[in-house]
Amino acid sequence: MLKILKYSFFDLMRSRWSYVYFAFYLLLGIILLFLNNDLSKAVITLMNVIIVLVPLIGTIFGVMYYYNSKEFTELLLAQPLKRASIFIGQYLGVALSLSMSLIFGLGIPFIFYGLLQSTAIWDFSLLLTSGTFLTFIFTALAFNIALSQDNKIKGFGYAILLWLFFAIIYDGFFLMTLILFEDYPLDKLSLVGTMLNPIDLSRTLILLKLDISALLGYTGAIFKKFFGTNFGLIISSLMMTIWVVFPVIRIIIKSRKKDF
Amino acid sequence: MVSITNLHKTFNKNTVLSGVNLEIKGGGIFAILGPNGSGKTTLIKTILGMVIPNKGKITVLDKDIKHDSVYRHQIDYLPQIANFPNNLKVKELIKMIKDLRGDTKTDIELINRFKLEPFLDKKLGNLSGGTKQKVNIVLTFMFESPLIILDEPTTGLDPISLIQLKELIQTEKDKGKTILITSHIMSFVEEVSDEIVFLLDGQVYFKGTISKLKNKTNELDFERAIASILTENHA
Repeated sequence: MLKILKYSFFDLMRSRWSYVYFAFYLLLGIILLFLNNDLSKAVITLMNVIIVLVPLIGTIFGVMYYYNSKEFTELLLAQPLKRASIFIGQYLGVALSLSMSLIFGLGIPFIFYGLLQSTAIWDFSLLLTSGTFLTFIFTALAFNIALSQDNKIKGFGYAILLWLFFAIIYDGFFLMTLILFEDYPLDKLSLVGTMLNPIDLSRTLILLKLDISALLGYTGAIFKKFFGTNFGLIISSLMMTIWVVFPVIRIIIKSRKKDF
Repeated sequence: MVSITNLHKTFNKNTVLSGVNLEIKGGGIFAILGPNGSGKTTLIKTILGMVIPNKGKITVLDKDIKHDSVYRHQIDYLPQIANFPNNLKVKELIKMIKDLRGDTKTDIELINRFKLEPFLDKKLGNLSGGTKQKVNIVLTFMFESPLIILDEPTTGLDPISLIQLKELIQTEKDKGKTILITSHIMSFVEEVSDEIVFLLDGQVYFKGTISKLKNKTNELDFERAIASILTENHA
């Protein structure tokens, strides 16, 4: 598996798109930090960009990589390698290279800004941690879609729909449920609702840490009341881990039964 | 070498293989023939474990291949369409496959044979179809496995490379290896193969030498013999 991971990773590290992605974050970091004198505002803006953009890039890159390397995967399948190690290796290669672009793209301007001496370093690391989690989650979901759908166009369609669902549609439904059933106690429902969407979950996680009650919103406030800041952080990190583990398990099961 | 018993495979209601029985003993060149969609590639891919059969048993070198990946050390496979990661250089790809399968020295000789030196430092994305196929051939033949499977090996090759390929197949045969080939170029098949396996409607319709097939169909020409099987069964 490590060999496949290594080759997928270097293959992607050399592709133009990794650099475009890296440059985008670099530029974003520089603009937000050096043309803006409020650090916490910069972190919030970054958060808003990350929780929408990271899942989108993760899904698109994931399906694109899978479909583009299909023939090559077939070559690998004819080699004495276990199927699971081929696909998990490729998945980790994609997820790691995307995470690297994110971490270095934002990390470099922050280091120049003098972040290492500032107290915002924990907020910032949390931001990068949730960004990395989101990359791993959505790349895994993308690989699931691509493994289940041989038709490239349909695969892309489903990937975009998945992103749209978690980033936008889900919140709409969630809000409508809250309005429709406002006469009932909704604490538990909204807690579960947040847990089931990794994007909402990371937003809540970051806002909890930043301790900006005005931005927490209804679910965030409940989250805080229910779990407290620290326990809330643990619970949501645990949920994020589950969100990575299940899709990865499904990649392994699905790849074992698939015909190529 | 390879033994297949009662092999069935269906893709979404489309039955491709329905009870294939095939016994290939060691040594020699076997051509797997059949009309488009007769299941040639599917048969090859089940031997490689890339397609998982619904029913049936396959053994390679007396070992059941179900849930196994180690047996593939004994097989060299040339896939039909060669498409490699575009950002890798030819050199790096060869190194990578060696890294995955074990070291070998034969690659240098093969690179010379197919005149690939000028391309070693080029990225795979910039190569022409024929050159990619040559790289594909180098990757396949650089290991000394007892079983070689070639799926449409002639695709995109120029006449010189084709001659080189035929020579290469012959030398491998002389080493006592077993070679399975699928091809639609009948002259190529007639020239290289010792025995043919003809697939029709998901089953083995004929297995034997070319002269036996000519006798069976009362045709003097191999291509016509094949055509006569098809017209008899689909008229």
